[in-house]
Amino acid sequence: MGAVGDDIGDVSDYELTHHVRQALKAVLEGDTDEYDQLIGNMHHTERLVPDEVAMLVTILRALSGAVSFIDIVHHRSLLSSICAMRFWNYGPDVMDALMELVVTLATSNGKYVDLCLDMLVSNFIPPFNFLEILKQPRGLAKKDQVLARVHAALKGIADLVPLAPSRLEQIVRERVPNVFAKEAQIVVYVENMLMLESGDMGEFVGNSMIFELVNRLIDLDVEIGWDEVLLDDPNNKGIFLMELEDLARTDETEMDMDEPQIEYTGRKVLWGNVVAQKLDTLMELAFDHLQSCFKNGRLPQVFEALLQSFQSTVLNAYKSKFAQFVMFYACSLDPEDCGTQFVSKLLEIFKSTVYPQEWRMSAVAYLASYLSRAKFLSTSYVTIILESLVDWCYKYSKNQSGEINLKNHRVFYAACQALMYVLCFRMRSILATPRLKSQLVNMPLEKIFKHALNPLEVCLPSIVEEFLRQAKAAHLFTVSNGTFLFDHLFESELSRAFGGFQRLDVFFPFDPYLLKKSDRFIRPNFIYWSMVRTTYDDDEDDDDDDDDDDDVEDDNDDEFDMNLSKMSITPKDSFMFGNLQDRKMQMPSRIRPSTSPESL
Amino acid sequence: MEGLKVSEADLLVYLHPSKSKNVSQAIYNELSSMLFKYNETFDGVLLAYSASTNDELAKILPGLHPCFGVRLKAQLLLFDPKPNMILEGKVVKLGAQSIHIVVLGFSSATIIDEDIREEFDYKVKHGKELFASSVNKRHKIEIETVVRFVVKSFDEETLHLSGSLLQPNTGNVNWLDKYAEEDLVERLIPRNKETIKRRIIAK
Repeated sequence: MGAVGDDIGDVSDYELTHHVRQALKAVLEGDTDEYDQLIGNMHHTERLVPDEVAMLVTILRALSGAVSFIDIVHHRSLLSSICAMRFWNYGPDVMDALMELVVTLATSNGKYVDLCLDMLVSNFIPPFNFLEILKQPRGLAKKDQVLARVHAALKGIADLVPLAPSRLEQIVRERVPNVFAKEAQIVVYVENMLMLESGDMGEFVGNSMIFELVNRLIDLDVEIGWDEVLLDDPNNKGIFLMELEDLARTDETEMDMDEPQIEYTGRKVLWGNVVAQKLDTLMELAFDHLQSCFKNGRLPQVFEALLQSFQSTVLNAYKSKFAQFVMFYACSLDPEDCGTQFVSKLLEIFKSTVYPQEWRMSAVAYLASYLSRAKFLSTSYVTIILESLVDWCYKYSKNQSGEINLKNHRVFYAACQALMYVLCFRMRSILATPRLKSQLVNMPLEKIFKHALNPLEVCLPSIVEEFLRQAKAAHLFTVSNGTFLFDHLFESELSRAFGGFQRLDVFFPFDPYLLKKSDRFIRPNFIYWSMVRTTYDDDEDDDDDDDDDDDVEDDNDDEFDMNLSKMSITPKDSFMFGNLQDRKMQMPSRIRPSTSPESL
Repeated sequence: MEGLKVSEADLLVYLHPSKSKNVSQAIYNELSSMLFKYNETFDGVLLAYSASTNDELAKILPGLHPCFGVRLKAQLLLFDPKPNMILEGKVVKLGAQSIHIVVLGFSSATIIDEDIREEFDYKVKHGKELFASSVNKRHKIEIETVVRFVVKSFDEETLHLSGSLLQPNTGNVNWLDKYAEEDLVERLIPRNKETIKRRIIAK
């Protein structure tokens, strides 16, 4: 406060501090006049004229010099005035003075640390009336000014009070806005969390910031019912007709549809949209953050925290739709390191005997979806992992003598479905390489499928169909006279399924990403079913090659229309009312959940 | 430095049955969750521990969750500063009104200007802030100096100390250890030689 040489300034600063100290001391003796006046002057917030600004700055500076005289009991109203001040309401001068005051106050006495941290965290979000201008240039400029100072203050406190970060963690977690808060509030708060993660205190609070971020994403995710997603954009209905097996069926076969046909109150749809938008913006933030972490070389540490929070939050979240794509994106940034860690973790959970069955089934579903949908994975890597999966299934089946039983062998059936799913996507490319082809051929797939446990009758019919179809076209599972071993299943399994036979509850975690704004991060690394060349594709060979390249670059809206025309030889119209033949040709990569989604 | 003590403790840790696969890990987790917090039973802030089990057997408690109790022998390093103890810490911030110190890397201490003795004046030299003694020119307190101070109070919840530099044996540790000894010896020459030796050793 004032250099020694600056006599005039020094004297007035000293005098001011002295004055304030006297005022504070006087309160203990019962004289609150000066004190009240002081507080009164601090309450100007609206449109301060330069005089008022100067007064406020002076007061704040004087207070900084008198913090040791502030008593937590007697000066309660002063403390609440200070804590109620919002950086957002003032200009840079006042902000600086306030910053200094808060840091000095926090470090003067242990009792004020929590108070000051709380005050700073409450400044993460602007006042209500400010929210609208936040997106405008002057709002953004203000935000930068405020947040820079708030975080500098937090750092200042952490420097002097080493245990402050752990208290800060707790306070940040407590004050995080819930799913019902306005989008702007949630977004700016999460921005702050990510600033903490990448800032100087990152090594202390970073992990819990990542955890909290994933928690927010999941919270929003589970608020979105499936059907809201579908109704979001009527133009996109085509996608789901394509990818949804169920919609292609006629009414009488929808035995697993518990919920009524699409009948929603407008409010429900609206709410779903609002939440989806919030999630969309947050996902964008998250992806941006991961990208900058990658550029700074910090992705490995961040990924560790991400993986842990995935395991504790996302893996068990019943049918989360989009939150898991943070993992997908992180792996796409760094397939060798992060990607392999992800796969190892999933395999570990799947193979372990300690974790509950639901986790293991979820883990293998994630594995299957990841291996199928990640464009950045090499076919040989997929084959290696597949081999390990097949190995497990084979060993398991060897140990079992029992018959088909859905309840007792859920993990086994989930694993079988997983490997069929992966092969639907990757069979052709595996068979294209001789080395990998021999690996595939040597896998004991036949033995697994022929086992008494009969996975082919339990797993989702559409997947089994597609798999067998491709297998037949690739001449797998054939005996010497050329007959396909599983031919008979083509007819019988469909009827069994429609008859309500054991159906596996299905979940394909990395089904196409539907949030519009953040889609640009995922799209380049994602394999859509339309892009997959199957083993029976040979007839439409040459035309498809050209279309393939065009399609990927084409306008997103058209992609699925193109898709429709590619997959079926018959005209588009007959699709909806199509015959059995047409229905078989789609690959259902998205399944509508068979249980009512509202009670997720 | 005072305020640190090593305690021997016989502890009994109750573990949930799910932890039975890796008991030592669970014990370490349990003890680690108590680090850097003031513990009334131990009468101090736990800084470090080393623990070992004597017995391989543990009794299972009757009840809903059959937790089992593992007996440990532990050495605990505890930090328990009381008023008038002398502590040392590194200065992280200096101002005209206060000096901020960090003790043992985790505890923050503040010394306000009222508790700094008269001989120290706040100065700014070459852009650096410091407290310089007017009596001994070489006795300075700057940022990064290790300072010895007397404890006034200790907040157990926030682990915050408030200290004082009023006593003559407080200040910059380097200066105190080097020069104060000479100073003391000179002033004590008239006294008994034995007394001098005792005083020097006791430092």
